[in-house]
Amino acid sequence: MTATVPSTEFKFNTSSIRPGRIIAWTVLFIGGVIMITPLLFMFSTSLKSAGQVYDLRLIPAAPSFDNYVKVLSDGRFMRWFFNSTFVAVAVTLSNVFFDSLVGYTLAKFQFRGRYFIFLAILSTLMIPTEMLVIPWYLMSAQLGWIDSYWGIMFPGMMTAFGTFLMKQFFETVPDDFLEAARVDGLNEFTIWWKVAMPLVTPALSALAIFTFLGNWTAFFWPLIVTNSRDLYTLPVGLSSFAVEQSIQWEMIMTGAAIATIPTLLVFLVLQRYIVRGVMLAGLKG
Amino acid sequence: MSAAVSDTSRNGLWDRFSIGQKRVIWAWTFLALPIVFYGAIRFYPTFQAFWLSFTNWDLLRPAQFIGVQNYVTLVNDPQFWQVFRNTFAYLIIGTPISLVLSFLIAYYLDRVRFMHGFIRALYFLPFLTTAAAMAWVWRWFYQPPPIGVINGFLGSVGLPAQPFLRSLEQGLPSIMVTAIWAGLGFQIIIFMAGLRAIPSTYYEAARIDGLGEWAILRKITLPLLKPTTVFLVVFSSIGFLRIFDQVYNMTTNDPGGPLNSTKPLVLMIYQTAFSSFNMGYAAAQTVVLFTILLIVSLLQLWVLRTR
Repeated sequence: MTATVPSTEFKFNTSSIRPGRIIAWTVLFIGGVIMITPLLFMFSTSLKSAGQVYDLRLIPAAPSFDNYVKVLSDGRFMRWFFNSTFVAVAVTLSNVFFDSLVGYTLAKFQFRGRYFIFLAILSTLMIPTEMLVIPWYLMSAQLGWIDSYWGIMFPGMMTAFGTFLMKQFFETVPDDFLEAARVDGLNEFTIWWKVAMPLVTPALSALAIFTFLGNWTAFFWPLIVTNSRDLYTLPVGLSSFAVEQSIQWEMIMTGAAIATIPTLLVFLVLQRYIVRGVMLAGLKG
Repeated sequence: MSAAVSDTSRNGLWDRFSIGQKRVIWAWTFLALPIVFYGAIRFYPTFQAFWLSFTNWDLLRPAQFIGVQNYVTLVNDPQFWQVFRNTFAYLIIGTPISLVLSFLIAYYLDRVRFMHGFIRALYFLPFLTTAAAMAWVWRWFYQPPPIGVINGFLGSVGLPAQPFLRSLEQGLPSIMVTAIWAGLGFQIIIFMAGLRAIPSTYYEAARIDGLGEWAILRKITLPLLKPTTVFLVVFSSIGFLRIFDQVYNMTTNDPGGPLNSTKPLVLMIYQTAFSSFNMGYAAAQTVVLFTILLIVSLLQLWVLRTR
């Protein structure tokens, strides 16, 4: 059983349009518009000049990208954007590699202690990040990891959630495939990387999306472990920028828009995969 | 990958193992680095947090064991009880509202054919935003007139302006709305996945038996959706118990204010540890958070067992 989410088949064969349906659709549509209202106002205000902020019309009277030029000109946001991207990509690659390696080992190898290792990893799901940040901070201070990329990244390099997700999916891979590869004389690492991994790509993309998004938007640990402005991630940088701008809302909205646009653009391109990934992880997790 | 065997007798030694033994060696080779990671970055810090909670460590002097003194201080700290109430207010009000809303939306959205993907995207988009960034957008929404969008709207329909974040009563609900908004899209998608996993034959059978919409919802949909619902209750509960990003960013001039009325436990931990550098006391607070989250997770297991 590969875990594909059942497609959008018709559950009810009523194709006639009833008034109830139209009302439900309208209410849903209005609700959806309300959901994106904060985003619309954010973009709208980012295109307004300081004098127009009090004008609450959604379409700016004289839209201009001046705020973006101003916010981006000193290079801070570029730097934070790079930091966030670098950290999120590195942590995602690490999770895709290690979580699936461990998940595969726990799913497909028989050895004493397997169940113990699985339970030990799973039990770390119970430990909240907030409990670990003080020891992590102490560890980072002692090892000189404060204010470094590695300091931001190290706590998330492997996760129990990802390992559990990948184990679930590797269990659906038939042993025959792996045996055939063994008969061909491939070593175990190659079998995992070349034979098993391609069979679980939907799970891998779900894991990658979750890990990337989680690290891209992470705030709590990066706030603690970074002190210098050059190492802030985008959320931490934006927060400090907004405090500094005080009541210049058009500038704050521009910063918020810059922090939001990349994920929204990615979403527009990958919408189907992301929704499917969230569904997959939700059902298995 | 065969770091275990490196000298020239490699083949000789390696070939002496049976196929089964070789696989065991491979398994432990794969697990070696992860075991170090989980030991050093998860388990050791956990025990250290427990130990620190019994010390007066403040970053300056070495940590000294002071028994349960931190916990005694905590129980006698009025701010802690205020924060405790706030944290549970986020949980007890936020979780039911967000679950009922997301279920209703998912239930109806699942049947919508016309522009289905577009409407789904409208609800899902906020999930992909950065909480810290959107907290500032909402903060602007809540500003007093003539700046705030919501007060501007209230004014235009003739309603009195509201203080929102500046008031003791409205501060916490205002932040909670932001948190519910941010999490709704995820919950809707999970509910929709759960709804679609229910085999359509059940519905067809119920239709043939002449059951109405309401009866189908109560007798088939909701019972079969229970695992999804329990997952989301726990996921959402944990999210509200750990709320931080929104509160921190919406109250930067007086974190957790006004008068601590919006301060959740994680913000108190952050301030105790990284503003006051009272690490031992903060560790005790994290142990309390851990205990609360553990109870919530165990409740989930218990609910699923007695199914």
